[in-house]
Formats: sequence, structure tokens, C-alpha cells
Amino acid sequence: MAAAHAAAAAKAGPVAGGDGAGRRAPRGRVAAVLGRHPVGLLLAAPYAVFVAAVFAYPLGFAVWMSFHDYFFAAPGAVVDRPFVGLDNYRAVLTDPQVRQAFGNIGVFLVINVPLTAGLALLLAVALNRVVRARTFLRVAFYVPYVTASVAVVGVWLFLFNSDGLVNRVLGPLAPDPSWLVNEGLAMPVIAVFVAWKQLGFFILLYLAALQNVPKELYESAAVDGASAWARFRSVTVPAVRPATALVVILATITGANLFTEPYLLTGGGGPNGSSASPVLVMYQRGIQQGQPDVAAAIGVLLVIGVLVVSAINRRLLERD
Amino acid sequence: MRRTLPAALLTVALAATAGCGDSGGGDAGKANAARGPITIWLSNNAEEVAWGKAMVQAWNAQHADQTITAQEIPAGTSSEEVIGAAITAGNAPCLIFNTAPAAVPQFQKQGGLVALDSFAGATDYITERTGETAGQYKSPDGKFYQLPWKSNPVMIFYNKKVFAKAGLDPEKPQLATYDQFLAAARKIKSSGAAPAAIYPAPTSEFFQSWFDFYPLFAAETGGKQLLDGGKPQFNSPEGQRVAEFWKTLYAEGLAPREKYNGDSFADGKAAMAIVGPWAISVYRDKVSWGAVPVPTSTGIPADQVRTFSDAKNVAMYSACQNRATAWDVLTFATSKEQDGALLTATGQMPLRADLPAAYPDYFAKNPAYQGFAQQAARTVEVPNVPNSVAIWQAFRDAYTESVIFGKKPVPDALSAAAEKAEQLAAS
Repeated sequence: MAAAHAAAAAKAGPVAGGDGAGRRAPRGRVAAVLGRHPVGLLLAAPYAVFVAAVFAYPLGFAVWMSFHDYFFAAPGAVVDRPFVGLDNYRAVLTDPQVRQAFGNIGVFLVINVPLTAGLALLLAVALNRVVRARTFLRVAFYVPYVTASVAVVGVWLFLFNSDGLVNRVLGPLAPDPSWLVNEGLAMPVIAVFVAWKQLGFFILLYLAALQNVPKELYESAAVDGASAWARFRSVTVPAVRPATALVVILATITGANLFTEPYLLTGGGGPNGSSASPVLVMYQRGIQQGQPDVAAAIGVLLVIGVLVVSAINRRLLERD
Repeated sequence: MRRTLPAALLTVALAATAGCGDSGGGDAGKANAARGPITIWLSNNAEEVAWGKAMVQAWNAQHADQTITAQEIPAGTSSEEVIGAAITAGNAPCLIFNTAPAAVPQFQKQGGLVALDSFAGATDYITERTGETAGQYKSPDGKFYQLPWKSNPVMIFYNKKVFAKAGLDPEKPQLATYDQFLAAARKIKSSGAAPAAIYPAPTSEFFQSWFDFYPLFAAETGGKQLLDGGKPQFNSPEGQRVAEFWKTLYAEGLAPREKYNGDSFADGKAAMAIVGPWAISVYRDKVSWGAVPVPTSTGIPADQVRTFSDAKNVAMYSACQNRATAWDVLTFATSKEQDGALLTATGQMPLRADLPAAYPDYFAKNPAYQGFAQQAARTVEVPNVPNSVAIWQAFRDAYTESVIFGKKPVPDALSAAAEKAEQLAAS
């Protein structure tokens, strides 16, 4: 309604002519450029500057680097950084280690994302019903999330070592080679570790979503004779679908950026590269080996991959 | 579409501006002649910091107008990453007394280092101080971008109590040949004297090969580097013998495939360790130890065995504005007097020709270090070639796959790594 009035006023201005039109026209142009509430731009500016400096500029720079023979140089050093077209992408896509790293992260996501979303929803539903010790349990689930990865990794190293607690409990059933030096088990262990560590955050997201589910829906379902499982499947799951979409997309994004765990838990992506992630390979190439152009190409491919997977997730999870 | 187009335009604009070249620059000739205050970085271990502080105090007392400000290398994943970032940012100090030879090619490519040959008498000073091994530290352009400073020649440490428990001679252990070493390792394991015979880190970091394959390769080849003139040397009968030796240790469970969280030698989990003299002060109160040269297939005499140097050097960085002072400090800090102080404080071997003769009193008082001093004259450095770190990573990946995990035959893995290393060295 207000917009209609504003449009009418803007139309009326030139027709009226005279001084009145002269006073209104500049304001109209300002409004056209800055919007009806210029102060809003001012308030949004700090975040826009932050995004431009911390996200957009580095992303643009990475794209530029990936098409050039680029390396970090001292200020003032005369260096040649020629345009190399798709050479860096060609090098990356034909590198078996990079392909293995992308395959590894695929394995990670296939295990980690459903595990994270499923467990987080189940625990959130359970927590939502708990009356006693609710705060304690919420904090307990959240503690791993806020604890430094380095410290938690240390604990898991002791748990999953050959002579660690897990193998002692399993006895003869313990895998050989042990978890962290087993090519088939290292990445799944990391996927479970990350799911456990981040669970607290995703439980909070689901708890918030569960607050908005009308109790009448559960009552109606109960009156219709629906079992607890049927109520969960037909009421809870559809009602928290937007939260599920968010959880899946966030878990995908954070999972695709996996670094700390293969760096520390499996000693640099071991055994034999089976837990190397694209970001770990980026670190090795870009920082350790002085090939930031190749690392940038890996990064750009990773961004594209995450965008595609996230878009597919969103389409699948948000459709009615 | 309305959101996509501005975003795309913004990305393109940013990409275009990102392509703008670096600005700034300095007058190298002017800086080389300039004198004044300088900053230096030291390694962060307590002994070296103590030596560094004393050295700085001695210099500053005589040079009020050219004082040194010393600090430890800022914390980071590794010193090399911190130094690389400092070069890029233009805030590296004048001198860093912890420059890894493997990182020098990369720092040089970044334009971060000053060729020391640009100072009068520098080449003579370096070669006279270090002797013929100084040649290993020259860059492919024939210049010195690092001053060979100190080494930690790698040897086999063994736990005398564990050896005695396993029925091995703790005073004169037979560890000179691969067969003798393997026999001792099997006895240690079968007797239960220790869970592992030796426990080098089985992880994938590029530098781990300096403490398993490379010392034995240096010994087996009589002093060859990993690459010579850009040509890989490890894909050879000698390299394969070394790799097969380690593969046997892993395959028989004499060396574990899993990373140990701690110091396996100090904790009694391994009967042997492969380390340099820095470890003497660490193990002094924990382990009754002995040290022997690394084994070779034929058991060449101990006084001919070569090994990896594990050296750390001093380099001058191009951000330095008072380079004449920096060069003077460099010669002061590597003088015979300061090298003696470093040896006393840290037990690490200054890269000086005929070290035992230079400090006879010290070695008479500290006989444990004598073997390392003699070994210091027979060290092999990492090759000074482009893409040095990438080459070591390629080698490590092949080694991990074939030697540690036995997933690929050793000759195939070494051959593939050699092909990759040659490409990297040529690029």
C-alpha cells in the first residue's frame, strides 16, 4: 500500500511541475538509488564490508589464482605470474591423490550427514520430552561441540589405538589393522567422531524447531490412534523439515571442509591417504609445498561441489 | 537472476583487482650497506633461547647503535609456514636462526632471501668454517642463501636395560648390518623386552622420511642425496635395499604401523630410536642409552658411515633494511667462541670443519657427544632443488604405501615416486 502511494507520488511529481516538482525530484532519485530507508544501508554496511573483505575478496582472489601460475612472494619481488588457463585444474583432476581425497570426503559425507541428522533429531525429540536433568543433558551434548578439537582428538586417539579402550572391550573382535591404521575404517571413524562432536549444535537447532510444532497435531494423531512411531514419522519429521534442510546443508558444508581430524587423528591423512580430505591436500599443496595456484583450483572445485550438493539437498528436503 | 548477476559482477571485479601486481620494493644495494638495529628470530627450545639471549647480550654490549632484538619464532603449525607467511607479508626479521634447508628453495623462489655471497668475503667465510660439506648448502644458482649453522647427525639410540633383558650385549650391540639389526629386533620382540624394536613415526608428513629412510640411504650409498643434479637417486639398488629393510621391520611387527602418542623410547615402548644428539639431554635421566651409527647392508666400518644431518641454518631475509649489521651479527654468532657456547648450551653440533679438534675440552668432559661430533663430519643434507617439499611428500607417499603398509611392491613405488620427483625438480 505504501509502495503504491510512493509510486503515485513519484508519477505525480513531473506532471505537477513548478517548484514542488523541483523539490521532490532529487529526493526521488536518492530514494531510487538508496531505497526508502537509506539508514538501513548504513546499518548493513559493516556486515557488507565484512563479507566483501573476508569472503568475497578471498574467493575472487582464489578464482584468479587458480587460472595463473601463482606463488606467494615477498613484497617488491619481481615475479612472473602468467595466465595458464585450465592447467591448474587439469593438474588437479589428473592427480590421483586429489581424486582420492574427493572420494574420501564422499565416503565421509555419506556416513556423517545422515548420522548427524538422524541422531540429532532423535536426541532432540528425547530431550524435548525429558523433564528432569534437561539442562544437564543439553549441556552434556553441547560440551564436545565447544571443546577444542585438538583436545578431543587426543581422547579419541587413546580410545581407538591398537591397545585402546575400544579394542580392549572388543577383545578378539577388534579389527586388524586397528581403526586408525585401517584403510577401510579410518574415514568412517572420523565421520563418527565429527558427528559426535557436532551433535550438540544440531540438537539445539532441532530443539528450537520442535518448539514450533503445534501440540494439537500430536493430540489429533493420538485421537486417531496413531502409535508413537507413527506420530514421529507423520508429525514430527514433516514439521521439522526446514530444520532438517538446514542441518543437512550445514553438516555437508562443514563436513566438506574437513581438516583437523585427518591432520591430527590419522597423522596427515593416513593410512596411505585413505583419510586425506580435499582441504588437507589444499594445505599440503598451498602452504607446505608452495603451490597456492593448485590449492586454489582444488578449493574452487570444492566450493562448486559443495554448492551442487547443497542445492540438491535443499531441493529434495524443502519440496512439499 | 537479479541476485546472481550482481554477485557474478562482483566476483569478476574482485578477481580483476586481485590480479594487480605487488607494490613496493626496496633498494637491495642500499640495504646491503646499511647499518642499524635489527631483529632476529630464534628457535623456541629453551636451550637455544638461552644461548640466543646470551649472544644478543654480548653483541648489544658492544654495539649500542646496532642493537639486536631477539624473539622466538611465532607459534604456528611449523616454523617454515610462519616464515613463509612472514616473507609474503614483508615482515620477516633480518636473521632466523632456525632455517630448514628443505625450505630454502621455496623461500628463495618467494624472493624472501638475501644471497650471502653479496657480502665481501662471505663465500670464503662459509667454506672455511664448514669445510667441504658447505657445498651441499649452495642453491642451484651457485649462491649461498643460508649459512650452514648446526647439525644433529642422526644415529641409532638403544636402551641398554632393554637390550640386556633381551639377552643382547648392552655395551657392544651387533647392529652394524641389516641382518644383525633384524636379528636383534626379533630378539627384543620375542623376548618381550619391549613392545617394539624401533618406532619411527609411520605418519605421512613429508619430513618423516628424514628419520627412517634417509639416514640409512645416506649410509648405504656412501653419501648420496635423494636427488643429484635433479635426478632421483633413491630408485636404485641401494634405495631398494634400504626400503626392503624397513619393510621387513614393519611386516614382522618389529616397527609398529600406528603413531605413538608420546616418546616411545623414553616411555620404554621401543628399544631403539633414530635421533640426533639433541636427545641426549632429553634421555639423560630417563634411559640408560648407548648410540651406534645407522646400519648398512654390508656393515661398513663405523668411522665411514654417513647419515642425515638434520641441520638448521641461518638465513638473511630480504625484508631486512640493515643488512650490513645483519651480516656482522651472522659472523659474530657463528664465530668459534659462539659456536662453542652453542655446543655447551645445547649439545648440538656446530657445522664446523674438524669439530672434535675445535673443542677438545668440551668433548673430553662430555664423552657421550664424541661419537656425534665424529659423525657430524659425515653428514648428508637434503637436496637443494626446486619444489623440495613436494618431492619429499611424493617420496613419503610412495614409502608409506609400499614400505609401511605393503600395498605396492617397493620397486614400483620408488619408480613412480622417482618419475614424479624428476618432474617436480625440473619445473
